[in-house]
Amino acid sequence: MPKKIALPLTEGSVENLRAGDSVLLSGTLLTGRDCAHKRICEILDRGEALPFALQGQTIYYAGPCPAPQGKACGSCGPTTSARMDSFAPRLLRLGLKGMIGKGERSEEVCNAIVREHAVYFAAIGGAGATYGNSILYSEIIAFPDLLSEAVYRFTVQDFPCIVAIDCKGGNIYRRS
Amino acid sequence: MRIISSETIEQAVYELAHRACLRLTPSCLRALHAAADAEPADSAAKFAYETLLQNAQTAAMENMAICQDTGYAVLLAEIGQDVRIEGKWLQTAVNDAVARAYHDFHFRKSVCDPITRVNTADNTPAALHTELVPGDRIRLAFLPKGFGSENMSRLYMLTPAKGVEGIVEAIVETVRQAGSKPCPPVVCGVGIGGTFDTCAFLAKKALTREIGSHNEREDVAAIEREALDKINALGIGAQGFGGNITALGVLCETAPTHIAGLPVAINIQCHCMRCEKIDL
Repeated sequence: MPKKIALPLTEGSVENLRAGDSVLLSGTLLTGRDCAHKRICEILDRGEALPFALQGQTIYYAGPCPAPQGKACGSCGPTTSARMDSFAPRLLRLGLKGMIGKGERSEEVCNAIVREHAVYFAAIGGAGATYGNSILYSEIIAFPDLLSEAVYRFTVQDFPCIVAIDCKGGNIYRRS
Repeated sequence: MRIISSETIEQAVYELAHRACLRLTPSCLRALHAAADAEPADSAAKFAYETLLQNAQTAAMENMAICQDTGYAVLLAEIGQDVRIEGKWLQTAVNDAVARAYHDFHFRKSVCDPITRVNTADNTPAALHTELVPGDRIRLAFLPKGFGSENMSRLYMLTPAKGVEGIVEAIVETVRQAGSKPCPPVVCGVGIGGTFDTCAFLAKKALTREIGSHNEREDVAAIEREALDKINALGIGAQGFGGNITALGVLCETAPTHIAGLPVAINIQCHCMRCEKIDL
C-alpha cells in the first residue's frame, strides 16, 4: 500500500522515506522546468529576492496543458529531471526539500540530496491525465510570460509517486 | 488530375491532432498490457504500468491529453503526383489546423525559438514531411512527438565494416545511454542507410508502423528481433525502475546507401506512442 505523505514535507517525513517506496502526495507544490530554473538562477546571480519562497518547498518538473472548462489544470505529468541537474544543488542549498520528476539524476544532485536532507520522487512519465486530475487548485505565481513553463502553485491530492532518491542516498536507478 | 482542397486537408489534420493527443495507438496499448504482465506483482515497474493503463482510461473518459507533452506536431504526407491541392499553401493549411486543434482541445504549446526560447504560442510550425508518390491519393500520418524521448535520439555514421553487428550495437547503446530519461519502455524507430538526412527521416517514418510488426525483409526483421532482445536484457525497465521490458518494439526501415558509409539513425519514442492516419 502506498504511504500517504503531506506537502510541504517535514524533516521527519523526509527522514522516513526510502527509495522504492510508493507514496501518494497531498498538499501544495510548485512547478518549474527549464526556463523557470534559468530565470530563478539569474535572479539569484543578481542578488535579488525570488518572487516566492523556496524554503521547505517541493518543485515538480512539469509544464501543464491548459485547463479545460471545469478543471483546475489540464494534463500534467513530469518532464525529464536531468535537464534541471545543473540548477538543483543550488536550490537545495536554499532550502528546497523535495523534487518530483522522471528519470535519473547526476552525481552532484544525488550528493546534494543527502547533504541537504532532501528527497527526489519519480512521478510516472506519460501519466499526464492522472496527474492533471489530482490537481485540485492551480495558480501562476511567477513568470507568466513563460506560458506552460511559468511557476505554478498546485494543491494536489493523492499524487502517485515512487521515492527515487532518499536522504540516505538510496537510489532506485542504481541496481547492482 | 484529382483536385483536393486545402480545407479538406486542414480539417483532416485538425481531427488527427485531436485524436492523436487523446489516445495511444491500439498496438501500443496491447504492448503495454503485455509488458505489465511480464513484471512481478509489487514491483515498481508494475506500479508504473498500472498507473499508465489507468491513465489511458482517464484520458479517454475525461477527454484529456494522455500526456501533457502534446509534442512537436509531426505530419508525414505522401502526396500522389496526380493530385492538385487548391487553396492555401499546404504548410499554412497544416499550421492552421495544428494551431486550432491545440487551442480548442487545450493541448500544450511546446514550440519555441531555438535561440531566444520565446514560445510561438500556438504550437506551430508543424514539421511537415512531404513525399511525392504515384497515384491520386494523399496519405497523412500525424505524430505528436514528445521531446523527452526525441532528446535521446542519435545518428551514427558507421563504416561499412561495422555491418549488422554495428547496427544492432548502435541501437542497443542508444537505449542504454538514454537509461531512465526517455520514459521507457521505449519504441525505437530506426533508419538504416540513405544519407545523413534521409536516414533520420526513415527513423521517424518507421515510428508510423504498428508495434509488433516486422520489416518485410527477413534480414532486416532479424535485426529488429535481435536488437529488441538485447535491449530488454539491459534491465532498465519501465521508467528506469528495473524490469524485464525496456522496449516495446524496434522498427527498422532501410534505403540504399553509399559504398563508403552505413548511416544508422535511432529515433527514440516513449511508451506514449501516438499516431493517427488517414487517406484522402
